[in-house]
Amino acid sequence: MNIPMEQGLLLAAVLFCIGLGGVLLRRDIIFMLLSIEVMLNAAGLAFIVAGAKWGQADGQVMFIFILTMAAAEVSVGLALIIQMFMKFKSIDTDVASTMNG
Amino acid sequence: MKELLWLIVALPLAGALLLTLAGKRLPRLAIAFIGVGSVTFAAILAIVVGLDFLHGNAAGIPYEQFLWQWINVGGFSPNVAFNLDTVSLTFIFVITFVGALIHLYSAQFMWKEDGYARFFIYMNLFVAFMLVLVLADNMLLMYMGWEGVGVCSYLLIGFWYKDPANGYAARKAFIVTRIGDTAMAIGLFILFITYHTLNIHDVLAAAPGKWPVGSSIAVTTALLLLCGGVGKSAQLPLQTWLPDAMAGPSPVSALIHSATMVTAGVYLISRTHVLFELAPIAQNATAIIGAITLLMAGVAALNQHDIKKVLAYSTISQIGYMFLALGVGAWSAAIFHFMIHAFFKALLFLGAGAVILVMNDEHNMFKMGGLWKKLPITFWTFLIGAGSLTALPLLTAGFYSKDKILWLAYSSDRGSVWLWLAGLTGTFITALYTFRMVFIVFFGKTKGEPTYRPGIFMTIPLVVLGLLSLGAGFIELPDNIGHVTLLSDFIEKTLPATMVMRYGNNIELLFQIIAAMVAIGGVATAYVYYFNKPFPAAEPERTKLQNFFYKGWDFDLLYNTIIVRPVVFLSRIDKNDCIDRCYTGIAALTLTLHKLFSTTQNGKLRTYATVVAIGAIVILTIIFYL
Repeated sequence: MNIPMEQGLLLAAVLFCIGLGGVLLRRDIIFMLLSIEVMLNAAGLAFIVAGAKWGQADGQVMFIFILTMAAAEVSVGLALIIQMFMKFKSIDTDVASTMNG
Repeated sequence: MKELLWLIVALPLAGALLLTLAGKRLPRLAIAFIGVGSVTFAAILAIVVGLDFLHGNAAGIPYEQFLWQWINVGGFSPNVAFNLDTVSLTFIFVITFVGALIHLYSAQFMWKEDGYARFFIYMNLFVAFMLVLVLADNMLLMYMGWEGVGVCSYLLIGFWYKDPANGYAARKAFIVTRIGDTAMAIGLFILFITYHTLNIHDVLAAAPGKWPVGSSIAVTTALLLLCGGVGKSAQLPLQTWLPDAMAGPSPVSALIHSATMVTAGVYLISRTHVLFELAPIAQNATAIIGAITLLMAGVAALNQHDIKKVLAYSTISQIGYMFLALGVGAWSAAIFHFMIHAFFKALLFLGAGAVILVMNDEHNMFKMGGLWKKLPITFWTFLIGAGSLTALPLLTAGFYSKDKILWLAYSSDRGSVWLWLAGLTGTFITALYTFRMVFIVFFGKTKGEPTYRPGIFMTIPLVVLGLLSLGAGFIELPDNIGHVTLLSDFIEKTLPATMVMRYGNNIELLFQIIAAMVAIGGVATAYVYYFNKPFPAAEPERTKLQNFFYKGWDFDLLYNTIIVRPVVFLSRIDKNDCIDRCYTGIAALTLTLHKLFSTTQNGKLRTYATVVAIGAIVILTIIFYL
């Protein structure tokens, strides 16, 4: 089965926009983290599609990098969320806005 | 040994530097050792150098010590060089010797204070600057010492800086003396323009050939120098700072505001005596300022209740006597009174400090009383000091020095019977306010118990100064009593002798008897009005006139009305002129922009993410479509 590059990239763009919309509109920090994961995977998908088009392994290598980075990011992010919850008793990002100028 | 002259200045300076660098890490004992030791060694050295200077130098030829050239610009090349003659020798002896005693006293007096090292840094620095002032061979170096002692005075008046009133007193002292200093600086400019040098010896040697007697430039210069002296020595009309300067610790008042710094004006005038002799108007002005000051300050002293303020006004009054002596050309009499005054006034301030300390910081005389049994040594030494200040006849040193001034105020070629009468009236007032203080503080009913007795290191200086206040007068006795002229011979190796116009042992004897009777009469009057009287233990009630005198003839009010308020008014008007608006405009613009940008920093994660997203879109749009 051969998927045209345009459709693959379109899927990646749609996924990216969904993720971005989630980051921008959600107030719940866990959902924001999930949305960031969606955006990362959209970027990864774009790499895979491009790699398949040119017949090279670079796209897959980049995807593995992104996957590793995402795992690390999630572990740090979850730790920060726990800290935030202990400090503000809430996971609402608008509550944690004490660093205003 | 006289090559060690520089070391007399260097020792206190080194003490100050050492304490500045290591003062925080040293224990109090070491700080006291360095602070007191440096000045004590300087005093010993001063005696050694003085003996060597006099050895085989009967004519008193000045000894010059060149250290290095300070500046060399366009023919102006002042040196850092010291000049030792009989006048500066007398001054350095008094400064180091009285200074050492006061340092010893303050080692115990200040023991419980914070900033123990800071105190000794300022005190040592003061002694060093004061020695520079009197030893300088040119007027620029002298001016440096002059300003240096002013700075140390400022720092020490504001020593307890946590009370804003003390800081205010310190600033007042600094600014008021600065008025005189500015006039003095202008005088120095005139001297430099005329003589192309500021070397004191050269200027004085050249002056009579260049300026005729009474020429306007000579009068101007002498008056400007007089202004400098008036500011530093707290004479009329710049005397307002000295009573406020009592905000400092008592040893500071003893050393700086009675014994040494405030007599710098006397030193300046006697050092530049040639200029004053060329300007008879300026010299007469000196005598008249002295005479008026001694009367006004005496009357003000009579209406004080703070023991230190009494002594402050008394100091102004006694320096008035010295100015009177300078004004009639009685140079050696002025320096004689400076020396004796340094002894007895330092003694009185130290005694008052001891009383204040053991009475838990009580300054009001009316809350003391009956202390003579509780503090016997303090009482007896204080009584000696008071007697010397009053000029009780024959016994005390103050009698001989003041009598000499009174006699010469009448008999010298510039003297007059009016100046003598002013001095005589001053003697009566002095006796009255001095023994008013003694009777209220030491006699009568006990109103407060002293918490403890002053320690040994506070007692030794009192006793030594007490002995000097009694004995030091015998180095100079009048013609008809003993006729000893050790000091005047000594001083007249450097300064000219007084021109005595009117002679006659009988008149002199008569004058002495009158002066003695007046002094004793003053004491008797004080006895009648103040001895064992039941005064309430509070600030005394004053009539309007007494209140006027209490506030030092309301000079502060006068200056506030004619100088301070107009200046404040003008500066308030001037605050919004176009130049100021320009700068306030820049400040306002910056502030508005700052507020604008700081609203973007609202701490909300979603806003930041939105801004990043919009930014990314904008950049991508630019990259792809432009």
